[in-house]
Amino acid sequence: MSATGAATADEGTEGRSTTGQALRRLVQGDLSSVRVVLGLIVIAIIFQVQEERFLSAQNLTNLMLQITTIGLISVGIVYVLLLGEIDLSVGAVSGLSAAVMAVLSVNHGWNAYLAIAAAVAVGAGIGFLQGSLFSRFVVPSFVVTLAGLLAWEGALLQVLGKTGSLNINDPKITGLANTFYSDTVGWIFAAAIIAAYGAVLVLGYRKRVSAGLADGGPLPLVVRFVFLSALVIAAVAILNSDRGVPLAVMILLGFVVGMEYVAKRTTFGRHVFAVGGNAEAARRAGIRVNAVRVAVFTISGSMAAIGGVMAASRLFAVNQNSGGNELLLLAIAGPVIAGTSLFGGRGSVWTALLGALVIGSISNGMDLLSLSSAVKLMVTGGVLLLAVLVDAVARQQRQTSGRV
Amino acid sequence: MAADGTPLLELEGISKRFGPVQALDRVDFAVSAGEVVGLVGDNGAGKSTLVKAIAGINPPDDGAVRFEGREVRISRPQDATELGIATVYQDLALCDNLDVVSNLFLGREQVSAGPGQVSRQLDEVKMEHETADLLSNLAVTIPSLRSEVGTLSGGQRQQVAVARSLLGDPKVVMLDEPTAALGVPQTKQVLELIRRLRERNLGVVVISHNLADVFAIADRVFVLRLGRAAGEFRAEEATEEQVVAAITGVGDGRDKGERAGEEERA
Ligand SMILES: Nc1ncnc2c1ncn2[C@@H]1O[C@H](COP(=O)(O)OP(=O)(O)O)[C@@H](O)[C@H]1O
Ligand SMILES: [Mg+2]
Repeated sequence: MSATGAATADEGTEGRSTTGQALRRLVQGDLSSVRVVLGLIVIAIIFQVQEERFLSAQNLTNLMLQITTIGLISVGIVYVLLLGEIDLSVGAVSGLSAAVMAVLSVNHGWNAYLAIAAAVAVGAGIGFLQGSLFSRFVVPSFVVTLAGLLAWEGALLQVLGKTGSLNINDPKITGLANTFYSDTVGWIFAAAIIAAYGAVLVLGYRKRVSAGLADGGPLPLVVRFVFLSALVIAAVAILNSDRGVPLAVMILLGFVVGMEYVAKRTTFGRHVFAVGGNAEAARRAGIRVNAVRVAVFTISGSMAAIGGVMAASRLFAVNQNSGGNELLLLAIAGPVIAGTSLFGGRGSVWTALLGALVIGSISNGMDLLSLSSAVKLMVTGGVLLLAVLVDAVARQQRQTSGRV
Repeated sequence: MAADGTPLLELEGISKRFGPVQALDRVDFAVSAGEVVGLVGDNGAGKSTLVKAIAGINPPDDGAVRFEGREVRISRPQDATELGIATVYQDLALCDNLDVVSNLFLGREQVSAGPGQVSRQLDEVKMEHETADLLSNLAVTIPSLRSEVGTLSGGQRQQVAVARSLLGDPKVVMLDEPTAALGVPQTKQVLELIRRLRERNLGVVVISHNLADVFAIADRVFVLRLGRAAGEFRAEEATEEQVVAAITGVGDGRDKGERAGEEERA
């Protein structure tokens, strides 16, 4: 070990001074989620000062319902961004998938779950197709998915037919976004989440200790545990004091946690990061790069469909505007604002939730203040631009400090 | 070096063309177990192309490959890996956004044994443990196994890449310019590491510009010039001058003739 002493002497400072390192990471973007939480607090204070309804239980519950669709679509977008690619079709795909579900349910009397499954299959199939075209013909993903955006929007109009809108009446579908749990069930959720998180932390720590890899003691874990528990308890208390914990929130959380698990704890997720970081290195390591790409676009299409189903459920209808307007841009902006890099290889699925919260709060707050859509669009655009600039600056700093 | 006379890896008549460039022209090449072959030649001689052909990165247009006496086809990197051929590329082929452990195990991640596919997850603890063991066996010191590879120095990155090639228990290891980016102490270490590979009875192919390094470790020196085999020497019998002459193509009559031919061709 001593043979490399000379080499490490001048590099040994890395990984040692943890406080300085943490500060630097905060600036450089590794701790961007902390930055985003601070941003959220600032946003909340600004709106609360001007409109006291902003932090009311009712409005916060509305906010959670408003971000469900964007958050779900963003989960898929995170995977695409991790590859360093983009999927511009997700808005249109969410609309088309929801329309397919509505037509099957309303016009053909399909069972709700079969209709939902068909919608997800449509989204998955479209993602598979676009991913295959992108990786097989080496066309930039934004071109393939831009073509998709137009084509699937056309398909949406086609599927909806002359009336251009369909009202959904199956309670199994409308219940997805309009079910609230009783206080007791809400607290059971809270207890289950906290217990599961604690168990994961304890088991992971024990395993590291028994393998002799314990680093820095359990204090950081305790801090994280206390922080998360407080957050969960506060959230459930607030939701319970209004209508209760919405099923939609549990669906969103379930997908975020599940897909974060896939990204960080499975071989597939590791390969997504590898392809996004250095596709050639991934290929030489024997990773089937194109298969990873196709899978990621399939995930993106599926999540778009799931988001579309939730939107239709909340609206009790699908119409020609479903999946349109700024949904696409907000779903991409969210994760970027919250720290997933546009350049690939860096990010987490949590940014889908955090980003949706930031964007949702801004839009919700401006609605409360009755600002015009002109102002809303300009403010949201400004926030997105700021996020992209922060991402680019963080990347430049990594490069100048030798990290690409 | 090979006791039984059959080379571990044997190439016959390998050719590779990139558009107008004949990067490899009917090259015969072999490496035996427990042998270090130094692969030398001028810039653009085709050294990296030969290594990439063996590694399945750029499969050759023409020629035969035998591994342990059997005819094999290496058309994908996995084919080479499955045979037991590992490669450390000149550009290292590391993912800068992943940490040392993830890079070492890239493409062969360890998963914890679970009852079903779903319960399987990356066994980070096991991978980190094995990484720590391997690196300490190789006398490699990295500040933190969880630091992103992009934050490491050139020497540390090279060491990570070399260590990574050893994970799959290969029979042949090919290193493309392993010492080019290194300072003197780190170069010595890598050369020492290569000797250890030979002691483990691996076949080793080392590309290097530095003839002193090559003579320090190689049993045999194989010279490429403009895509063709231009000479082969036993390291203990040859001098640097002879090898330089073969690399540059000046010195003896045979080479002059060849050069004339190439000028006509060009
Ligand atoms: N991927 C490629 N595409 C086109 N030409 C290439 C490619 N790889 C190598 N070459 C060409 O093949 C020749 C041999 O290159 P290389 O094997 O890299 O040489 P060396 O490693 O000996 O310096 C050079 O003329 C180089 O320009
Ligand atoms: Mg080369």
